Amino acid sequence: MSKIIVQGTAQGTVLKTTSPINFLGAVDKKTGTIRDEKYDIFEKSIKDTILVFPHGIGSSVGAYTIYSLKSNNSAPVAMICTKADLTVASGCALANIPMIVVSNEEFDSIQDGNKITVDTKSENIFN
Amino acid sequence: MELTSEEKAALNGEHGDTLQTAYRILVATGEATNAEKLIPITWAHLSGVNYNTIGDAGEQFLRELSKDARVKVKATVNPMGIDFDRISEFNHIDDEFIKKQASIRDSYIRMGVEPTFSCTPYDIFDLPEKNTQVSFAESNAAIFANSLGGLKTNKESAFSALASAITGKSPYSDLRKDNISTPMTIRMKMDNPSELDFGMLGFFAGKVGDTSVNISGVSQPNRRSCKALCGGMGTSGTCAKFQFVDTEDTTSEKVDFGKEEMNEVFDELNTAEKGDIITLGSPQLGLEEISDLSKMLKGKSFEKRCMIFCSRAIQEQARALDYINEIERAGGEILSDCCTCLTPLIDTNETDAITTNSIKGAYYLKNSTGVDVNLKPLAKIIEDETK
Repeated sequence: MSKIIVQGTAQGTVLKTTSPINFLGAVDKKTGTIRDEKYDIFEKSIKDTILVFPHGIGSSVGAYTIYSLKSNNSAPVAMICTKADLTVASGCALANIPMIVVSNEEFDSIQDGNKITVDTKSENIFN
Repeated sequence: MELTSEEKAALNGEHGDTLQTAYRILVATGEATNAEKLIPITWAHLSGVNYNTIGDAGEQFLRELSKDARVKVKATVNPMGIDFDRISEFNHIDDEFIKKQASIRDSYIRMGVEPTFSCTPYDIFDLPEKNTQVSFAESNAAIFANSLGGLKTNKESAFSALASAITGKSPYSDLRKDNISTPMTIRMKMDNPSELDFGMLGFFAGKVGDTSVNISGVSQPNRRSCKALCGGMGTSGTCAKFQFVDTEDTTSEKVDFGKEEMNEVFDELNTAEKGDIITLGSPQLGLEEISDLSKMLKGKSFEKRCMIFCSRAIQEQARALDYINEIERAGGEILSDCCTCLTPLIDTNETDAITTNSIKGAYYLKNSTGVDVNLKPLAKIIEDETK
């Protein structure tokens, strides 16, 4: 069962990681590049992707990182998590980035690199 | 989530853009945590004050917001990037940074916050009575409030705490409720742990735990170690509460924190054998820690630069009690309104590695400031780096 946290529609290529993301520590807020080598998506850019990850971790200021990414045109077009944490939810709310929470099974079914659509108004929230 | 008609009206923009934005954030975070309603809070602690962390987008956002947003409840704020009283001593900080940081400071003050610029509000103010609902964004402060202060807060984000400051409300969910489930117990297997060990325990617990954890095998340590535990835990995960337990329950999952687990955390964050400078204070030091430091430094002098971060309020108290003299005589530099994490006061052109006893500091020094880190407990720092 998917749950809508922030409404919206987006289309993009999935960038998927199984690591929880510390937005303040690990993401360059200007370019959207992952700069922490511990991540399996190290040196990849989250810009214009549908970012699929378990949940956010670490600093509460990560919400500003998400807002900055949007202002710098380097944000993901949508985010899909298995657990909604307050940092990612509030960052997406202010930046108007559609965000949904999905079950572990749905998370596992999303393939990295696939082109998908997120539409919170549609019956199939993502496909 | 159920909203009152008043809250619905605000969400629909009937009370202006500022309240609409604030309620949009509260609804998103309420949905995210399956809250059934909003409840009043009495104190909000805001993060997102350092220009290095919030950038131009954050500076502009706050400048716009502060034109008409005013806080409705007591609100305190996190550290800035710099100490304005000592900025003339740091030639490498560019004017643009100083200008933008001043703008952020002024925006918060315009909104009516108390200008604490501290990540340790619990060291500055007496805490309200037990079970009071607050909204703390700074992770170490939220963990301290829940675990040692008896208050109730979720690990708020910069925006959710700001929305709570403006509306006086937070979603009623997770750690705000009674009877929180604690499905995991971390068994501390290290003898005589230092504050660095407690920081590593926190970092480990934050990674493996979720929302709330029990810690067995150790009793509540001194304040320095408690703060290190809160700082470490807040850095690595989503866990926002711990409790020390004497006897283990039979139902929770048990996870050991022994030599092997500790070495793994140490190897992740310790990347240098020695530092060019020392930083102390992440979280910022409290009065007790400054008093201890002052005693430990008696008759000694630092052999390299040592930056010591505490809040302005604590610095004033410590000066009045004459703790600071001894530290400054030993060569320590007392800096306020900022902290180890993401401060541009550390000149990365001149600094390759930093010695610190803070796990939280180490994580951000390494990943955000971009320097190597040499981790040591405070006693060892004083032994090795003073004469």
